[in-house]
Amino acid sequence: MSRLGTIARRTFLIGAAAIAGGVAFGVYAYKREPINPLLKDLGDGQAALTPYVRIDQSGVTIITPRADLGQGVASVLAALVAEELDIAWNDIRIDFGPPSGAYYNGIAAAEGLPVPATDTSFKARSTRVVGDAVSKFLGLQITGGSSSVADAYEKMRIAGAAAREVLLQAAAIRTGIPKHQLKTRDGNVITSRGEMLSYASLAAEAAKIEPPQKVRLKPESEWRYLGKPMQRIDIVAKSTGTATFGIDIRMPGMVYATVRANPGIGGGIKGYDASAAEKARGVIAVVPITGGVGVIADNTWRAFKAAELIKCDWGPAPYPPSSAAMFETVAASFTGERQDSRFKDEGDIETALQGGGVIEAEYKVPYLAHAPLEPMNAVVQLKDGRLDIWTATQMPLFLVAAAAEVSGLATEKVHLHSLMSGGSFGRRLEDDYVRQAVELAKAHPGSPIKMTWSREEDMTHDFPRPLGMARMRGAVRDGKVEAYDLKVACPSVTASQIGRLHMPTFGPDIAIVAGAWDQPFRIPHYRVTGYRVPELVPVSSWRSVGASANGFLHNGFLDELVHAAGADPLQELIRLCWHEPSRRVLATVGEMSKWGSATGKDRGRGIAFTLSFGVPVAEVVEVSNTPRGIRIDKVFVAADVGKVLDPVNFENQVQGAVIWGLGHAVNCELTFKDGAAEQTNFDVYQGLRLNQAPAIEVRAVDNGSAIRGIGEPPVPPAAPALANAIFAATGKRIRELPLNKHIDFV
Amino acid sequence: MRLIVNGKTHEVDVEDEMPLLWVLRDMLGVTGPKYGCGIASCGACTVHVGGEPVRSCSLPVGDVKADVTTIEGLGTPTALHVVQRAWVEHQVAQCGYCQSGQIMSAAALLSANGNPSDDDIDEAMSGNLCRCGTYPRIRAAIKTAARELKGRPT
Repeated sequence: MSRLGTIARRTFLIGAAAIAGGVAFGVYAYKREPINPLLKDLGDGQAALTPYVRIDQSGVTIITPRADLGQGVASVLAALVAEELDIAWNDIRIDFGPPSGAYYNGIAAAEGLPVPATDTSFKARSTRVVGDAVSKFLGLQITGGSSSVADAYEKMRIAGAAAREVLLQAAAIRTGIPKHQLKTRDGNVITSRGEMLSYASLAAEAAKIEPPQKVRLKPESEWRYLGKPMQRIDIVAKSTGTATFGIDIRMPGMVYATVRANPGIGGGIKGYDASAAEKARGVIAVVPITGGVGVIADNTWRAFKAAELIKCDWGPAPYPPSSAAMFETVAASFTGERQDSRFKDEGDIETALQGGGVIEAEYKVPYLAHAPLEPMNAVVQLKDGRLDIWTATQMPLFLVAAAAEVSGLATEKVHLHSLMSGGSFGRRLEDDYVRQAVELAKAHPGSPIKMTWSREEDMTHDFPRPLGMARMRGAVRDGKVEAYDLKVACPSVTASQIGRLHMPTFGPDIAIVAGAWDQPFRIPHYRVTGYRVPELVPVSSWRSVGASANGFLHNGFLDELVHAAGADPLQELIRLCWHEPSRRVLATVGEMSKWGSATGKDRGRGIAFTLSFGVPVAEVVEVSNTPRGIRIDKVFVAADVGKVLDPVNFENQVQGAVIWGLGHAVNCELTFKDGAAEQTNFDVYQGLRLNQAPAIEVRAVDNGSAIRGIGEPPVPPAAPALANAIFAATGKRIRELPLNKHIDFV
Repeated sequence: MRLIVNGKTHEVDVEDEMPLLWVLRDMLGVTGPKYGCGIASCGACTVHVGGEPVRSCSLPVGDVKADVTTIEGLGTPTALHVVQRAWVEHQVAQCGYCQSGQIMSAAALLSANGNPSDDDIDEAMSGNLCRCGTYPRIRAAIKTAARELKGRPT
């Protein structure tokens, strides 16, 4: 093999970094405990017992260092600490904490490795350890890849247990009672004499004690919070309008801003005429920014109005201007030169597909915007050589670095205050909005500036999920699926994202084939090839990333083959599946949906399965073909995350992910004209509305496997299960998303 | 101009065409109603004007001729409105950004119709977008709130 080939095989894109396979980072760097970032900002009487536990006179604060984007991570991470630390549920206070490498995510990195989640071999496990080490070494504090719970499951319980040990030790020293005669309950140490010492009162003494290296964790049978239906910590605030999102921040002397950047992304601005805007009521300043222009005003609406008055002379976008031209680029990428990966190549596909009876198809998926309901925004203040930023982000350290770069300040002078986010779905992995806000702050230092994007700005600068195409061939024999050759072509999300972080990428991008190459099926002749389309519109991770498209592509054609074989879709998937937990998930959804029972006239049932982020998920969708169009009646979901830590949130996440997957499949696409996205608001980018949302029955299948997250894995099977149900109800096979280009929906 | 919001009277000096939403958020500091689309397409800005649900992002403040109630005026964390209590019980919210608007639409529905059918709920709520997909819980919470209202002496 050529040297290039060797490098390509041994070099992986891990999470956010390009890493040469097999590199050892040294035992020292891996084993060293990260410095506790809370220690440097402690006030009087405060103690930071671990990076996750801060105690002061008023009580305990748990640091939940992952972005809460709606997935409820703050609540479940707090529960991990609280369970071991032993504090009352209603006393839990949380803080997202400072950006710090101490909060590295050891699981997210593994998702970028070409090791299927179903592979439990020594080699696969060793590779994942390397992923963890790399993340620790680089201090990758990332929220993504449905990895937060898996990453935190041990370390945050250990942090809680270690803090509890320290508090017991402090109480033992103060009272002279041996530690083993002390107990804890709800934030207090209880002595054998029945005295109660609150954790807060022990904080100062506890701060002097080194936390133990080894702790014993509670057995599951003693859990009070984990696995129980607890009330989400943010639920009252979010039901009363009192939760503070970035867009809600108010500060004395604050001014308001918005920006307009070239909707032909990267085309730049040749010039602008702001004469009308400058005269508009409330306008304080018009500020040129990279690739666009910003307006600072005395309220957001006046900034919006003035921004619309600016005549901008945009440069042309550096990619083909129309969707048609972009799809031509995709279609031209199924070549040897653009081949990116062939991680799955079993049997002898070329021989199997010689002769007659070959079934062929071509599938297409569109660009999709994240479009979180809270548009991008940030509050920034540049004052006395210090930059403060209030916003939500999935990549806090990268955001600080970006803000430092734009402002010219050292990273120590940049203070990020992380807030919860009104949705994200991957959008807040980007730093563009903060770079713009910092540019405004540089032009207008002193006052806090709240920059808010209009919805139109948000939709046209989304870093969407890439478009893609697939070409499939297959064959059936004796009522069984015999051969499946899947070729997927799409731009590389990883290269696009990493490129914006000024880091190199090399080697294949797993995202191009994720959710396809790694599926636990044994088909005699089975091949999955990825083709890398040159970068068109800059793209990013969109809820479930590569699997969001490949779930539809892989399942859609597999269903065609199953039908061609005359087999039952559920039974054939179970027969082809070698992975026991996945088989159980399939069998469970079959049982839930009474698969095989009569559906009635003009009704149909479709099934799809995708294993993504280590989680096997099977979904059955039931539809009716009504005179007004397709109605989605009911969805059944079975998923295996190993152990469900937060059952209410689990169900909510699964239902939401299904509605996300269905809604985009039914009616969403971003198309481009003159280099700009044509869908600029929710009137033409709808998703499902309440009147279209089906009932969704959810069951967790606990196979006792490794614990995993649920935010993304239910997305990929939703679209294909719907398309397969439509086929069952109508006989119409739809090979392109959104489905409403081909069929009406109620 | 004079505006009564959650029972409190305010004098504001703004253009007549300024949408009520931005008067509430940026001039009065009432941030429960959210900006999502600016074209009455997502419902995150829903408030009550004279008891009727309106999309405040598209209602010029000059056209506001009655008292305004926002989510903050409906109930508070220590004194939840019956709809909010149902929202908490069902743990509806994920990101929570749309929920102020959802709750205001639901509260308006229930004050007009104490026993809404599924079709009534569809009609009243389909203007409120939830990107997180909490619709099954929204439907369930509305039914719980309706039951609770029914049991209550009038």
